[in-house]
Amino acid sequence: MDRIPILKLRNLLLVSIQVDMHDRLAMQLQDELTAKISETGARGVLIDISSLDIVDSFIGRMIANIAAMARVLDAETVVVGMQPAVAITLVELGLNLPGVRTALNVDKGMALLESATRAVEDLPDVDARHTE
Amino acid sequence: MPVTRSETLELRSAADVVSVRQAVRTWAIEAGFSLVDQTKMVTAASELARNTIDYGGGGTATLHLIIEGPRRGLRVVFEDTGPGIPDIQQALTDHFTTGNGLGLGLGGAKRLVNEFNISSRVGEGTRVVITRWK
Repeated sequence: MDRIPILKLRNLLLVSIQVDMHDRLAMQLQDELTAKISETGARGVLIDISSLDIVDSFIGRMIANIAAMARVLDAETVVVGMQPAVAITLVELGLNLPGVRTALNVDKGMALLESATRAVEDLPDVDARHTE
Repeated sequence: MPVTRSETLELRSAADVVSVRQAVRTWAIEAGFSLVDQTKMVTAASELARNTIDYGGGGTATLHLIIEGPRRGLRVVFEDTGPGIPDIQQALTDHFTTGNGLGLGLGGAKRLVNEFNISSRVGEGTRVVITRWK
């Protein structure tokens, strides 16, 4: 059985999709990633889709679901490396990925997640203020 | 219209959707499609192959490589003997779904190809034909 590995790097989870995903595999990734966010307390999820040569509505929905579930679990999602032909096709298909941040490559995606999670961590601790 | 080659693939499981995508990709390359055109055809085929399984209870996808005068094209016919679609116009509307999808399958696939034909009889099945020209 195929499996898409999920790597943990500091407070981020990294996923690189290297296989032509069938629908069950996409569902499995969605479930495993959600479980992993909750288990590790990760603040960001980076999904590299540079090897995907299509994104259809099912895979698109899986990505949007991951982003929505991650947000509920207090983590940001960035999708990186979308091929230009895939981007053109997605728009024509009518799929916009609401709430999904994108970046051109892994470097930029990491920078985006780091700044997003740092901004949150710099906020004053709400509980601490209440007890003052 | 001269069809130079045809191949029929079974559509029973999620893995068959991947097989159809790969076959359409290979044939689109043979037909001389650009990368963007390949991607559009493969994506449309992926949507329709999934519909055939999820809503039609399984069926077949038949690929045809077509040469018509100076132009080359790729046609894929999706057929099932499932429950059929009572209201095709409604089914083609974006975001309409009877399942748990996004409702972009039929309308989205239509936008990605040059020719799109759908015929369906309730209780007998559905046939969708898509064609993209180089």
